[in-house]
Parts: sequence; structure tokens; C-alpha cells
Amino acid sequence: MLLDSLRRLGEMVLGRLLAIGAALLMLLQSLQVLPGPKGWQRLTQQLYVVGVQSVLIILVSAAFIGMVLGLQGYTLLKDYASEQAVGQMVALTLVRELAPVVAALLFAGRAGSALTAELGLMKTTEQLASLEMFGVDPLHRIVAPRFIAGVIALPILVVIFDLVGVYGGHLVAVDWLGVHSGAYWGNMQAAVSFSDDVLNGLIKALVFAVLVTWTALYQGYMCVPTSQGISEATTRTVVYSSLMILGFDFILTALMFGGL
Amino acid sequence: MAKRWLEISVGTLLVAGVVALLALALQVSGSHLNGADGHYRLSALFDNTAGLSTKARVTLSGVTVGEVIAVSIDSQTLMAKVDMHIDSQVDYLTSDTNASILTAGLLGEKYVGLSVGAEEEMLVDGDVIEDTQSALVLEELIGQVLLDLGKN
Repeated sequence: MLLDSLRRLGEMVLGRLLAIGAALLMLLQSLQVLPGPKGWQRLTQQLYVVGVQSVLIILVSAAFIGMVLGLQGYTLLKDYASEQAVGQMVALTLVRELAPVVAALLFAGRAGSALTAELGLMKTTEQLASLEMFGVDPLHRIVAPRFIAGVIALPILVVIFDLVGVYGGHLVAVDWLGVHSGAYWGNMQAAVSFSDDVLNGLIKALVFAVLVTWTALYQGYMCVPTSQGISEATTRTVVYSSLMILGFDFILTALMFGGL
Repeated sequence: MAKRWLEISVGTLLVAGVVALLALALQVSGSHLNGADGHYRLSALFDNTAGLSTKARVTLSGVTVGEVIAVSIDSQTLMAKVDMHIDSQVDYLTSDTNASILTAGLLGEKYVGLSVGAEEEMLVDGDVIEDTQSALVLEELIGQVLLDLGKN
């Protein structure tokens, strides 16, 4: 009984280690070869799918999150007669935390799940196997451009998120609630540092981009080739990516801003 | 045609990313494109800076004319020494200019406020502002009020 549960525990740990190792090998193998001229075309194609097609959801959520921050910040700070500090609050919240995290969560739901489903279907319909029959490496042909596109696209989306969110906060706090525009921007510029805040936010975005795209591609590539297997892999992509984003966000925040 | 549209939209996304990053640098974090040449250096000694930090604004009549670059202790007088960069266009600070540490609002950030005097001579790079007024520390004020109340 005890031995049996020990054996199961060992099996589980070994299984997890195996999956991490396999995922790392898949990533290294797919990035081994530099893209040729055809590779740039495939990269552009994937940038369109994961990047351009995610812009709308990023714009809309950034605008609303900025507006909510402006509104909440105003009502909170008004009690202390410091509502001119709302710009600083909106900008720091967005640049340090909300933009990277929310954009990455949306990216996992919008682009990550699509990548997993696409690769899973390719595997189920044996397109990946037939590529290998032609002597084309599916890792290089299919996985690599998608990975690179994801890693490029998310930081760009985060920068756009930052900017749209700040203007969303401006709309509510300045245009609707009457905070002085000069105070909004002035407090923000005094408080936000480009190297400490904006660049650290971008480093977060880059880490999240690698985590989300990597998880999505691995889950799709390794999924059980049945319709149920695809659905389970897609679910796992969203769940694992979201948990990793939130977990790594804490670690990165502690390293960057927490003085650990 | 579809491919052309695809390439145009991807290019637009990349350009939008760069433009947004530039806007973040200039509008949100307040970096300036002009380099280190456009300013000169002044310092001032204060009894108490009450937590004035680097990058705080230096204002003249409420308009930002420079920033604090260092706050340290002067080892001879044991007063707080505040080093400031002033924009070089602002060359009309007289030698009896007054510097005081002020607070924006009740909880706002600390900044240095300058007010120009009447002397003929102007401050130049490296000069020290003699006439200073320290920050109001809330605890000291409250203590003073309580003391006065106790006397009555």
C-alpha cells in the first residue's frame, strides 16, 4: 500500500521531468536552424495570426482597464484630496503589472489556444507525419515560426496596452472627472522611470511570451491524436499558461521591485 | 492581394509597437530627447529635506525649470546638500534667489521651489544658493501647536 503510493509519486515526478525535458528539446531542436527566405514569409504569416489578429481584443481591454483604473483611483484619492496623483497611479499599475499580465492572459486565450488546436489537428490528421515522410522537419517548418512570432508579438501588444490604458485613464480622470491635465501627466512623468518601470514591464512581457507560446506549441505537438485529445490539450494550454503567468509574475515582481 | 494585405498589417503592427514605445518614453516616463548639454548645476543647503528624492522637480513660479540630481549630507555643516540641474535657458536666477522645499498637495511629492531676488549678479554653474527654507514637517508643526495649547 505504502510502496504502491510511493511508486505512483515517483512515476508522477518522472513524468513531469520527462515532459519538461521533452519540451526543452523540442524548443532547442526547432530553433537550431536559422530561417531561410521562405522562413521569413512563414514568420510574417504567423505574426499576422498571433499578433495582428490579437490587436482588437488588446485595444478594447486596455481602454476599459485604463478607464476603470482612472475611476477607481479618482474615487480613492479624492478622499485624501490628492486626485492629481491619479495619473501616476494609473501609469504605474499598468506599466508594472496589469499590462503584461492581462495582455499575456488574453494572449494565452486568444492565440495560445488557437496554436494548440491547430497543431493538434495537424497531428491528428497526420499532416505532421506526412511532412516528415517528405523529409521536412515539422519542428523547423511548423513550430519554429510560430514560436518566434509569439515571442515578438506579445511585447508589442503589451506596449500598445500600456499606451491605450494610460489614455483610457486620461479620458475618465481628466475629460470626465475634471482632474487637471497637466497634473495628470506631470505626476505620471515624475513617478514613472523608463528603465525601472517600462523596461521591467517589457522583460515581464518577454518572459510571459516565451512561457505561453512554448506551452501552447508543446501541448499541441504532444497531444493525444483524437478529438478529445485536442480539446484536453487546448484546455491544458490555457490553464497551464495562466497559472505560469501569475506565478512567474510574482517571482519577477519580487526580483524587480520587491528588493529580494 | 491577400498576401499584400497580410504583409502591410504585420508591418503596421511592428511600427505601432515602436511608436508606442517611443510615446511611453516621452509622454509617460518623461524622458527628454536632448542630452546632457542643456543645463547647469546649482546646489543648496537645507536643514531638513523631509524625504526629497532625486528626479524631483525644481520649479520657478510653478513652472518646471530643472530636476534634483543628488541629495547628500554636507560633512562640514551636517546639513542636507541638494544638487540640481537647471535648464540653461533659465539664466536669470539672481545670486539672492531663495530655494524652499514644498509639497504638492497633502500627500503629493516633494519639490524644490525657487523665487528670484533683486541682486544684479546671476547664479552660474557650480554656485550655492544661500537663502533656503526647509520643508515643513507635519510632526514638528503639530508638536508646536500642542506646545502652544499647553501654555494657554
